[in-house]
Amino acid sequence: MLAAPTPLELERHRPHLLRFALLQLRDRSAAEDAVQDTLLAAIQGAAQFAGQSSVRTWLIGILKHKMIDILRKAAREQPLDGPSDDDARDLDAFFAEDGHFLQAPEQWADPERSLEERRFFETLERCLQSLPRKTASAFAMRELMGLETDEICKELGISTSNCWVMLYRARMGLRACLEQTWFLAGSAGDR
Amino acid sequence: MIFRLTCKEASRLISAGMDRRLSLAERVGLRLHVGICDACTRFTSQVQFLRRALKAFPGPDERERR
Repeated sequence: MLAAPTPLELERHRPHLLRFALLQLRDRSAAEDAVQDTLLAAIQGAAQFAGQSSVRTWLIGILKHKMIDILRKAAREQPLDGPSDDDARDLDAFFAEDGHFLQAPEQWADPERSLEERRFFETLERCLQSLPRKTASAFAMRELMGLETDEICKELGISTSNCWVMLYRARMGLRACLEQTWFLAGSAGDR
Repeated sequence: MIFRLTCKEASRLISAGMDRRLSLAERVGLRLHVGICDACTRFTSQVQFLRRALKAFPGPDERERR
């Protein structure tokens, strides 16, 4: 039987958890609360840690539940503002009139290697922050928290087609941002 | 029309395919387009990479790599 992680061991993960929570919640005190609740729950439930995943993966799993609770509560109290139609006309800016990319996506050099770089994730964070708030929130729910689109629509109070448009907008924006500020900026090769 | 997609339509379907199951017509149309379009081929692998990057967030912990 694996030894349960000690409180000190769990505490070491706090900065990592905080970054994760901040990316989605964008509010420091809400993120700190979520992380605090997570660590408390983990200390109380340390004996249940099955050792099948890493301690960090286990903690992130608990944190995701805490964050979903916070998002639900926030959505009830104060719906995020922003366009609620499924208008994708802003995305026309990426395309020529005949439907071709105005600037075709470039070949990215060895993207997998970027996943080993802390600076890459800092760039990714900046790119996410440059998206409209509601768009970033939908995208983080989908890709960071792994929610299905119907759950996201429900939490954000939007239609399914609007949800797909928002995720599309997020991917277009992030892809372009990473290309400009990481892959073509020389950052990816600078190591 | 679905059989002659533009990049604009194709990229939207590529994204949608990550969130829902595409219809047969959409899948066929997309395959025909992506098969001859470098830009949309790259777009596809880049949005899939985005998914892996978010899964790996917040990335490596420098202090653990001693």
